[in-house]
Amino acid sequence: MTTRITYADAAKRAIAEEMRADPTVWAVGEDLGRGGVFGQYKGLPEEFGPERIADAPISEACIMGAAVGAAMMGTRPIVEMRFSDFALCAIDELVNQAAKARFMFGGQAKVPLVVREPIGMWRSSAAQHSQSLESWYAHIPGLVVVCPATPADNYGLMKTAIRNDDPVVYMEHKNLWGLEGDLDDPPAPIPFGRARVARTGTDATIVAWSACVHAALDAATELAQEGRQVEVIDLRCLWPWDRDTVLTSARKTGRVLIAHEAVRVGGFGAEIAAVVAEEAHGALKAPVRRLGSPRAPIAYAPPLEDLLRVTPAHIARAVRGLFA
Amino acid sequence: MPTRHPAPRHFDAPRYRDFYRTMWRIRLFEEAAIRAVADKLVLGAIHPSIGQEAVAVGVCGNLAREDALLSTHRGHGHTLAKGADSLAMMRELFGREGGTCHGKGGSMHIADFGVGMLGANGVVGANIVIAVGAAHAIRLKRENRIVCCLFGDGAINRGPFLEGLNWAGVWQLPVLFVCEDNGFAASTRTRAMTAGEGPAARARAFGIAAEEVDGNDAVLVDQTAQRLIGEVRGGGGPRFLVARTYRLSGHTGVDPAAYRPKEEVEAKWRDDPIARLGAALISAGLAQDELEADRRAAYAEMERAYATARETPWPPQRRAFEDVQDAGDPRVAAF
Repeated sequence: MTTRITYADAAKRAIAEEMRADPTVWAVGEDLGRGGVFGQYKGLPEEFGPERIADAPISEACIMGAAVGAAMMGTRPIVEMRFSDFALCAIDELVNQAAKARFMFGGQAKVPLVVREPIGMWRSSAAQHSQSLESWYAHIPGLVVVCPATPADNYGLMKTAIRNDDPVVYMEHKNLWGLEGDLDDPPAPIPFGRARVARTGTDATIVAWSACVHAALDAATELAQEGRQVEVIDLRCLWPWDRDTVLTSARKTGRVLIAHEAVRVGGFGAEIAAVVAEEAHGALKAPVRRLGSPRAPIAYAPPLEDLLRVTPAHIARAVRGLFA
Repeated sequence: MPTRHPAPRHFDAPRYRDFYRTMWRIRLFEEAAIRAVADKLVLGAIHPSIGQEAVAVGVCGNLAREDALLSTHRGHGHTLAKGADSLAMMRELFGREGGTCHGKGGSMHIADFGVGMLGANGVVGANIVIAVGAAHAIRLKRENRIVCCLFGDGAINRGPFLEGLNWAGVWQLPVLFVCEDNGFAASTRTRAMTAGEGPAARARAFGIAAEEVDGNDAVLVDQTAQRLIGEVRGGGGPRFLVARTYRLSGHTGVDPAAYRPKEEVEAKWRDDPIARLGAALISAGLAQDELEADRRAAYAEMERAYATARETPWPPQRRAFEDVQDAGDPRVAAF
């Protein structure tokens, strides 16, 4: 049995279920009282009231810092940052406080946070509302980084994120809110660090996450018409990331492309490419390739904005290059 | 010079003798720690609070064990006054096993959750937003305890100070803010870098009642903190205390504080809060010998802590990878 659900509603269902089951789970952030800036909390204020779906002032540092304090005192806050771009106002609270408190204090405290930071380009949101900064957080010991691509994953990973005792940077893609997909009935949590093979193939491997998974699947469909059977791996989590699934696929196909929406320079694709090169060098039939955005701020005008996008056409062309 | 206040009517001699003992324990803990820096036994930075002990005892003396305390990089005094063990703290400074944080935090990250001390902090002002969140959790869980957040005058120019005060005001949270105003933000005179009327005026702008006291007068700090904490406990919302004091030592254990005239520091030594409380105890009938015995006992405790910490082994290597996080292996393919 499955039900149809959108990406936004899948996460909301997970939150509602966890809030019903655990009175210490609560959410705090700007615009929550009206159901969230993207409607991703719609209905929750009515069910759980203003204390547990708490509106907040435009004070990102305090939202994040207060959540750290509230987590150390035995609650499990879901922190809404509205846009990952705005979470930069709370970077000390996340990186210096949340990520390190447990270690620095010798295990006396855990900081169970879910920090929702919507990422990505949609349309004409320009340089401060469009970024994908997931690789920054993957660099920080103490943080989990999750980038779901499908409704089912946004349910199952949100469940795990809320139950996990680590601070989790939970990055949903703004362009996916309305995406519909199947959800098992009853659905199950999805563990961190286990990638999803979104499409099986034997000739090449594309590793992607978040919205880029869908671009990669479109590219794979196109390449199939050319007789290339391409495997698409949805990484789901950047930390911990599923090295085994990626390396197994790399050894099987011998050709690996990593595609992500974030700026290519210093992106997480570099980490994956390096690990594949280090661990699977002998099995590779071509050098590992990466695709990502040019290193330019995201422009407002659609024709300029589009120059920054990683498209199915880019991905297909790059895969063809692995056979050149 | 802070002004002297008239002797309070009710002088609780046993209570203030306890304060006096704790003040010496803080002073001599820090003097031992400074010596350990010189002896290359404490390798990281320490930030002594010598001269500020009256604030620590006067405030923490009114907190229950289950009340939460958020402290600063200059937090040894707060931590001792909240009830932490001096040997565990000394071991932490020495980076040894058995330290409050297994030697993983050092002076700037001392925490002892067992006594409600939720952490010093290496980032100025960062504890303020954590404190209001701790108070927020108390509200959500319908608990009776309160939160006390200490910070220095330098912190009031950071954004989280303003965000945190607003937050506490909006939700009327059970938190006492204590601005320990020693006049210096590291080596800079705070007044020169602060617009407006200072910390109390900023608190009042958020609708938070604020009081300013001579922070070298342990009795006055105690009585004011007692009243403000009573109001916080009674559901009155946040309160704000400014305790004006002076850091008699440098910013760190090796800072000669050459940015201050010698005469200024000498004058401030004549306002030493320990000597002031000692004089008040003598006036209340205690013998000089009794006070000297208190000092000697504190000295012996800290000498033992120093000697024991020095003989304590380093943390085992596994500690470097413990308590990083549950998800993922921190050692994955690093070397």
